[in-house]
Amino acid sequence: MAKLSIADLEEIRNKVKKSTLLREGSFNAKITVHMGTCGIAAGARTIMNTLIQIIEESKRNDIIVTNSGCAGFCSKEPMVTVELKGESPVKYSSLNESKIKKIFEEHVLNGRIVAEYALAIGNEREP
Amino acid sequence: MEFRTHIMVCAGTACVSCGSFNVKKVLEEEIKKRGLDKEILVVATGCQGFCAQGPIVVVQPDDIFYQLLTPEDVPFLVEEHFLKGRPVKKMMYTPPGEKTEIPTMSEIGFFNKQRLIALRNKGLIDAEQIDDYIGRNGYNALIKVLTEMTQDDVIKSIKDSGLRGRGGGGFPTGLKWEICKNSKGDLKYIICNADEGDPGAYMDRSIIESDPHSVIEGMLIGAIAIGAHEGVVYIRTEYPLAIKRLETAIEQAREYGLLGKDILGKGFDFDLRIKQGAGAFVCGEETALLASIEGKRGMPNKRPPFPAESGLWGKPTNINNVETWANIPWIILNGADRFASIGTEKSKGTKVFSLVGKINNTGLVEVPMGITLKEIIFDIGGGVPNGKKFKAVQMGGPSGGCIPAELGDTIIDYDSVNATGAIMGSGGMVVMDETTCMVDVAKYFLNFTQAESCGKCTFCRIGTKRMLEILQRICEGKGEEEDIEKLQELAAQIKDSSLCGLGQTAPNPVLTTLKYFRHEYEAHIRDKKCPAKSCKTLLTFEINDKCIGCGACARVCPTKAITGEKKKKHLIDQAKCIKCGACFDICKFSSIDKN
Ligand SMILES: Cc1cc2nc3c(=O)[nH]c(=O)nc-3n(C[C@H](O)[C@H](O)[C@H](O)COP(=O)(O)O)c2cc1C
Ligand code: SF4
Ligand code: SF4
Ligand code: FES
Repeated sequence: MAKLSIADLEEIRNKVKKSTLLREGSFNAKITVHMGTCGIAAGARTIMNTLIQIIEESKRNDIIVTNSGCAGFCSKEPMVTVELKGESPVKYSSLNESKIKKIFEEHVLNGRIVAEYALAIGNEREP
Repeated sequence: MEFRTHIMVCAGTACVSCGSFNVKKVLEEEIKKRGLDKEILVVATGCQGFCAQGPIVVVQPDDIFYQLLTPEDVPFLVEEHFLKGRPVKKMMYTPPGEKTEIPTMSEIGFFNKQRLIALRNKGLIDAEQIDDYIGRNGYNALIKVLTEMTQDDVIKSIKDSGLRGRGGGGFPTGLKWEICKNSKGDLKYIICNADEGDPGAYMDRSIIESDPHSVIEGMLIGAIAIGAHEGVVYIRTEYPLAIKRLETAIEQAREYGLLGKDILGKGFDFDLRIKQGAGAFVCGEETALLASIEGKRGMPNKRPPFPAESGLWGKPTNINNVETWANIPWIILNGADRFASIGTEKSKGTKVFSLVGKINNTGLVEVPMGITLKEIIFDIGGGVPNGKKFKAVQMGGPSGGCIPAELGDTIIDYDSVNATGAIMGSGGMVVMDETTCMVDVAKYFLNFTQAESCGKCTFCRIGTKRMLEILQRICEGKGEEEDIEKLQELAAQIKDSSLCGLGQTAPNPVLTTLKYFRHEYEAHIRDKKCPAKSCKTLLTFEINDKCIGCGACARVCPTKAITGEKKKKHLIDQAKCIKCGACFDICKFSSIDKN
């Protein structure tokens, strides 16, 4: 490894920024994929994988994805909850790959709720 | 692919000794088995501070805190939490005396009352990855110093911050740097004191284990400020993990050109080496430390000249403690004002303490100056276990003293702690409950200093020995009326006639316990009783009328001192009893009195 200049050091800092923010728990958007047994059966894993991929492609390092248990609407799985900083969480249901891509594009990146897929706005406290 | 979740596994010394590397290994295997290894990263961090609950795992970004994990717990945990998204309650922390688990780390009292500066990267980075440190603004302070600040700016900033040495003495750090900078000589040295000899203290070890670059960056900034190009970290051999992490960190910093010649292309040269000490307490004293680095026997020398004028190899040398160094980058980046806004008038910033002894949450905490002892012991430390009463806290290790429960409102501040007769010290806090005998505590610490005295000064060498003999006699019930006076007289002489801090402070534990717990000394001497029921030779075991004659005690007694007919009250032959306490522990009917 060659000796670093100040600019190189800044570059490293940016490169690891995502990890840093994730560990600090500071983020502007959080997407929760509901992954109970029913969710997984209904394809929640595909949703998770797609999300991880499109977040990476977006080059945004302030968006995190996490999983939680069954949301209680097994017939409407797979489901995700999108939570933008300072706004109420929105639940989306019966998702597939193209729907989650649209939600990501519209809601997560541009702040516009995709009403046609939305199940509920607000959150009944998670366990 | 990017990771969505980071599992931060504590790899501090305490957690490692409880098997955290095994937990980590099984975690990685299980995650791989479940096909999650592309989205979940397992990271080894330094000590999280909550060592009593180890092995500890924190899941980010959700901040879920798991404790006391075993490798057997892991498959279930991985399936439930990481695959199905259901955090596992039974592996979470429940505060003593409460019923519900606390899922997130930030809701646990032990963590959320702390204020992190020296430990700012605790649990957030892998200490063996320099990039992790850089990501948390690491080496930004160095850039600031190299590009925007003069030597005097740096010194002024540290002076304005009010930072005082965290190694025990509490000397203003900026002033020390200024003296060293103004000392004549082109060759100067920077030293980090990581000897950490106080029994029960492990703040410095933990800082190096969890964030070695914070110390390296601090030393770099100090080197620039005083104009030094060589540095030494003096660390005890008993800290193998800390040494290994420090070596790795130095290596990585060298590779990046953050140590060595022409650092960051700004024309400044500085390099660092490690000197391992053999673990003598006296080698933490700065002049003894210098002698030890020079390859001589680690014995203190007279000051002046102070190291800032004539230190290592006779050159101006600036010595600071690990925690002091770790504060420096934060002060430079966040400003002296912000640091000075925390704390009291004369004690700024934070202090790291290791909480040990009779306390629920044993561990490492960093708290703002000005917090009270009670807040530390009860709000953060969770109070005294088993419903016992808080009796006293020993601060400052063998150089310090015992502060009684009545003074629990004392604030953490150099002057306030000194006023009690104890000292801030380097951060050891030993909590004692009603079953702790204060004469015994004094004896314990004096025994330590007595053994660690280098022997150069007669009073320190022999005076402490005589004091120790008196304390031993008192604990055995052979104390005499004049003993207290003798102890006080010897203490005064040792304080006056010792060359270094070891001797000068060695009598402090005796003096403070005499000040606050004189009645316990008197009870030992006059009544031949130990009020805390701790000194074995002063105890008597007797069987009372509640005895139903079950014979359990007689069966466990190692000396067959207990006799009696079945279903009749038993009797202890005091001549045979060796006061082991086995009968007391086994009796189910409270029929044995310990007095
Ligand atoms: C007997 C004795 C032991 C000491 N042990 C340590 C130690 O382990 N670590 C430490 O930093 N300072 C120790 N000191 C204090 C050092 O002499 C010195 O004051 C300190 O390292 C200066 O750094 P600071 O100003 O950053 O606190 C000890 C002092 C005495 C008298
Ligand atoms: S006071 Fe004790 S430890 Fe210090 S130099 Fe004298 S004999 Fe050695
Ligand atoms: S204290 Fe020990 S030695 Fe004494 S009577 Fe009880 S069991 Fe026997
Ligand atoms: S070593 Fe793990 S919490 Fe201290």
